[in-house]
Amino acid sequence: MKTIAEINEKIKTGKAVVVTAEELIELCREKGVKKTASQVDVVTTGTFGPMCSSGLFLNIGHSRPRIKLGGGRITLNGVPAYAGLAAVDLYIGATALPDDDPRNSLHPGNFTYGGGHVIEELVSGKDVKLEAIGYGTDCYPRKKLATWINLKDVNEAILFNPRNCYQNYNVAVNLSKKTIYTYMGILKPELGNANYCSAGQLSPLLKDPYLKTIGFGTRIFFGGGPGYVAWWGTQFNPSGKRKENGIPCGGAATLALIGDLKAMKPEFVRGASLVGYGVSLIVGIGIPIPILNEELCRQAAVPDGEIWAPVVDYSQDYPQSTGRVLGEVNYAQLKSGRIEILGKTVPTGSLSSYRKAREIASLLKSWILQKQFFLTQPIFFFPGPESGYTFKMLKEKPVKQDNKPN
Amino acid sequence: MGKKLVLNFPSSLVDKPIISSLVREFNLDFNILKAYVTPEEEGNLVLELTGDEGKIGSAIRHLKGLGVKVELLSKEVEMIRERCTDCTACIPQCPVGALWMDKDSFQVKFSSEKCIACGICLKACPTRAMVLRI
Ligand code: SF4
Ligand code: SF4
Repeated sequence: MKTIAEINEKIKTGKAVVVTAEELIELCREKGVKKTASQVDVVTTGTFGPMCSSGLFLNIGHSRPRIKLGGGRITLNGVPAYAGLAAVDLYIGATALPDDDPRNSLHPGNFTYGGGHVIEELVSGKDVKLEAIGYGTDCYPRKKLATWINLKDVNEAILFNPRNCYQNYNVAVNLSKKTIYTYMGILKPELGNANYCSAGQLSPLLKDPYLKTIGFGTRIFFGGGPGYVAWWGTQFNPSGKRKENGIPCGGAATLALIGDLKAMKPEFVRGASLVGYGVSLIVGIGIPIPILNEELCRQAAVPDGEIWAPVVDYSQDYPQSTGRVLGEVNYAQLKSGRIEILGKTVPTGSLSSYRKAREIASLLKSWILQKQFFLTQPIFFFPGPESGYTFKMLKEKPVKQDNKPN
Repeated sequence: MGKKLVLNFPSSLVDKPIISSLVREFNLDFNILKAYVTPEEEGNLVLELTGDEGKIGSAIRHLKGLGVKVELLSKEVEMIRERCTDCTACIPQCPVGALWMDKDSFQVKFSSEKCIACGICLKACPTRAMVLRI
């Protein structure tokens, strides 16, 4: 048994033993869980994939004369930003598209540029064109603004992502006779390919499956800089099905994350274009897991071959929410490049980069070893499986002619 | 010198042994990069011909005379390394195995020799790391 305070003390004196999740798996294989748990203090994890529920708060500073953007209209490089905040605050979401983007009118749309790309350009230090109109007030008389803005000049740039870091995810296939274009990538007909999106054995929430060490206030690697867990993520579902090893075999937990974009790096914050689907933001995340006891060590050492994901048909079952699962595969199988589904050998592809996940886990490890990064004791923990907290579908209440809620 | 060609056979020619006659009559080596039948029952063949320049020219004229549409594969697809995140989304899309993952470095590799410039990976890549140079 160790505490986070003790681990931080070891980090300070340069005595902490920090390993990546990949290294932990090896150590446990060699020495067993018990011995490894007593030796290792921190395990670092990583993930790097498209996360649509991401966006950026900006405060651009006041102009002379002043303009009130709240209630007006704002675009950044032609992409609409949310103008429902105070005078010069705005939010740009990862999936926002320019008004004149043809979208899927010529299916499949290309989705070349959107909110995710604006965020990437900002973090890369590029100037971004802000155009805005306000309605004018006595205190904010100006009605029009067109200016280049740069990340270094804005007051605050807070990346706040309401849902990142999915604990586990579907493997997407297509049973229909035509190619489909999804957020899981291009799916060729009749089981032409199977796409997945998780770093598996390196992915943060798969390594602490009950979120025993991760909670509100946990300090993390976020887009190349330090960030924090700001809440449990949207669509949080601790009550889903789990394997005997405690690892969920579907979506499950998510995290809301917050961090300063000014401290982030373009290598870990990238715009993404998903043909036929839309625009997204690829975010690099790493979470340190303190090995406080043997159980945490055992869980963090679960390898790809023991982490399972459901195979789901995205031509019918996913869009219609039928809940049907075609089978289960593990991440070792997925990463081998081929899996078996319904008796057929199917090539796999990933939307999430394992190479980048590794890079993140080792960067976070080096931050800790260099005493640049200390662990945090969460302020509170998130609902667990015993809480009954779950994820609901929308219960539609049809809008009738009288326009009154029923 | 090799030349990459895209041949399109009308359905009436699909069953004919046209390619083997190229080898005999023009003394050319060929390497089939991809072959498929379109939904309109036309045959499409991407091949690389190697041999004498002049003979390749005559072979192309011969094919055209038979009613085969011949296009030079002059397009080149390139991978912009800095834009590639090594996600692997493109790999199962490539019809000729020109994209694969190196199992040690987890880096995605691209072979321009194998690539037939079909363009599928350009769409499949979320960070648009694959580009067409004409
Ligand atoms: S263009 Fe892309 S998908 Fe097509 S052959 Fe070349 S590498 Fe493969
Ligand atoms: S899809 Fe793009 S980013 Fe992903 S591995 Fe292929 S070229 Fe690289």
